[in-house]
Amino acid sequence: MKKKELGIGALLLVLCFYVAWRNPRFLSAYNLQNQAQLIGMYGIFSIGMGIVIITGGIDLSVGSIFALQGVVLSILLVEKHWSWPLAALAAILGVVALGICHGFLITRLRLQPFIVTLCGLLIYRGMARWIANDETKGFGAGQFGWLRPISTGHFGPPDWVSHLFTGLGKISWLPERLSYLCTSLGKVRIPMAFDVMLAIAFIMFIVLHRSVYGRYLYAVGRNEEAAKYSGISTKLVIGSAYALSGVLAAISGIIFAFYTNSISPSSHGNAYELYGIAGAVLGGCSLRGGEGSIIGILLGTAVLQVLQNLVVLLGIPSSLDLAVIGTVILIGVLVDEVGWKTAMHVARLPGRILKRSR
Amino acid sequence: MASPLILQFRDICKRFPGVIALQNVSFDLSAGEVVGLIGENGAGKSTLMKILGGIHQPDEGSILIDGESVHIRSVADAVKNGIGFVHQELNNLDNLSVAANLFLGREPLWAGPLKLIDQKAMLENSRPHLKRLGLNIDPRTPLKKLSLAQQQLVEIAKALSQNARILVLDEPTSSLTAGETRLLLTTVKELKAQGVSIIYISHRLGEITEIADRVVALRDGRFAGNLSREEINHDNMVRLMIGRDLQNFYLPGSGERHPARLEIKNLQIATHPGRFISFDAAGGEILGFAGLVGAGRSELAEAIFGVAPILSGEVILDKKRMKICSSRDAITAGIFLATEDRRRTGLITEMTIRENITLPGLWGYIRMALISRRRECRAAKTQIDAMRIKAPGTETRVMNLSGGNQQKVVLGKWLALKPKVFIVDEPTRGIDVGSKAEIYRLLRALADAGVAVIVISSDLEEVLGISDRIAVMHEGNLAGIVNRPDFSEEKVMNLAFGKSVA
Repeated sequence: MKKKELGIGALLLVLCFYVAWRNPRFLSAYNLQNQAQLIGMYGIFSIGMGIVIITGGIDLSVGSIFALQGVVLSILLVEKHWSWPLAALAAILGVVALGICHGFLITRLRLQPFIVTLCGLLIYRGMARWIANDETKGFGAGQFGWLRPISTGHFGPPDWVSHLFTGLGKISWLPERLSYLCTSLGKVRIPMAFDVMLAIAFIMFIVLHRSVYGRYLYAVGRNEEAAKYSGISTKLVIGSAYALSGVLAAISGIIFAFYTNSISPSSHGNAYELYGIAGAVLGGCSLRGGEGSIIGILLGTAVLQVLQNLVVLLGIPSSLDLAVIGTVILIGVLVDEVGWKTAMHVARLPGRILKRSR
Repeated sequence: MASPLILQFRDICKRFPGVIALQNVSFDLSAGEVVGLIGENGAGKSTLMKILGGIHQPDEGSILIDGESVHIRSVADAVKNGIGFVHQELNNLDNLSVAANLFLGREPLWAGPLKLIDQKAMLENSRPHLKRLGLNIDPRTPLKKLSLAQQQLVEIAKALSQNARILVLDEPTSSLTAGETRLLLTTVKELKAQGVSIIYISHRLGEITEIADRVVALRDGRFAGNLSREEINHDNMVRLMIGRDLQNFYLPGSGERHPARLEIKNLQIATHPGRFISFDAAGGEILGFAGLVGAGRSELAEAIFGVAPILSGEVILDKKRMKICSSRDAITAGIFLATEDRRRTGLITEMTIRENITLPGLWGYIRMALISRRRECRAAKTQIDAMRIKAPGTETRVMNLSGGNQQKVVLGKWLALKPKVFIVDEPTRGIDVGSKAEIYRLLRALADAGVAVIVISSDLEEVLGISDRIAVMHEGNLAGIVNRPDFSEEKVMNLAFGKSVA
């Protein structure tokens, strides 16, 4: 593990300890399970976002794609009565096609990724609302084959692991919070979304860190010209990153759709791309390209979710949640760039200014 | 010496984590004197100049200006003390006008608190500075319309307009053409006559011989010696820099004619669409490409390598007609190009030596569809040894290497594959003498192994020294090919300037 990943891992641990110390409900089976579900859903598309960022690009269209995809999926399944595998395939291929379009515009027509995907953000949101007549679409109580189980079902852990934790929870001399955590872990059922994310993370880890294609992704992100002069088809590599990001966005989009179970086209997935970008950057991806890792992206995603959880559990007014998240990310990035001392100094500035003005 | 000492370095020491960059370096500069500062890359020249410029602080020792000890803590301090720098890479803003660059950061203002720029005063004030250097240009011209040499002169004008009495020129000619270099050297002589003291850093020993009153050499962070005007010559300077005589600097070929390996027939490229170029290169020979900067040599190489489009014509390799549409095609065929710009196109400097060396042939290092780290390391190690790259290991990032070692990584990156035709563009630009000799040895060994080696170089001495034949280009055209027995500087220059040779 690299220094950056250790740093963000430490931040995650500190946050978890802090929230658990302030409010034991953080450790309840229900909360842990919920967190895993969220980390799973956000993690999948954040990995895709990370890959695009590694090539030096960005994808702002993810949230709108979720809305468009959700609306279309609902119409296909509920109104047109397509079979679920066909509808799911269409939903995935459609999003991948959009990713390929982005890649084409960016590599062949030399448009800037920011502009292309910003236009995507606007266009897809508008299309989603138009297709749905601005009405909320949903899936009712139907199972739709594997789609609902994958989105909201659970798989694992094996019974012996649960028994083990339940047993550990009964040991009398353990600190109270720790035994509570063990008891909770004994009751937890792992959300399928989390399992899917782990499987995808494993595959993408191999692709990014062990395969030729992964090395090419880093190479074009660092120095596209030099990569071209080394015989790499840079356009193909960059374009395919958007397609790959599309695949991952499509998978998590389906899960999101069934998780919320009702898709209001004007707000579903709003600003999710920013969570993906924040998670990836917090996890060590540089917006200049060429830097980042799967483990880092996942840790970054987890930090974001724990922060949201912190706002709720600590009774901070929910209107402040974005402000809290923004502040923590800013401090995290500051620490990464300038070190602890300066970062804490900067963090205390607003307080000092307030004091002086009084 | 009659003229007073204007600048004195006294026992300067500077340590960086893990290395001693400078150890007890002392030397003096008199008013109106030109000192040539020489040394291999990493000898400490840049560190010493950065101390003078206020970028680094010395750990020990002092700097005296006009006999008084000064502390130079920032670039502004350096300017205040009358020290001006002109760097190898130009630091100007080429979207702005000449005048705006001259007065960057100290523009004449008007309208009181609004602080608007007084354009008229700025233009008026810049004229005398340009005139002093014989620059006959309108100060309103955007900088990017000027040639590199003119831009360099603007930099000098900028330093002089800040009342610089000490001018440091760091590799000023490395990207200038022969004619432009002349212009710069003439300017240096005029400045000297006006009483400006100059520290002139260059790897081009010919220039130093021409203009320096004295040569100061650094070696491994120490003062290696002084040469007075009479003692300055190529051999003495090389001896001071590397601490020994350099034998067989250029290794000549055997002189026999080999059959052609690469044949280029009527090649038409996008930058010079009116020209059709034909030549051939044989395995076992080094074919030099001489010409002025902008004559189309690099563009020709890029077309053969597939990164620039070929409009028409044929590329024939070992009697087979090749269809080259991308660098991938060229690499598969065995035609490699080491470009002139290491940082932009040659290397991915943030990546490790291992990753750079294996990049073009990455598919050769896979096991079960994944990259085998072990095979990669083995290949990288082989190249580090073969090229004598000075680096802690295969995992060192390329940006932490010196220019010479970076260039060796570029060569190693291609030699890890099997080249049939190897095109090297400016292989020794900004590289010290020791590394140069090693690179020449390597290119010759490559030719002896049957590779057709094509060397593009603007350094005339170098082309004449290493080539078996020299192709000279002029304005996108192949002006002529000179064989070794007919080599002369005059002949090549005449062709390069477009005069026909009888």
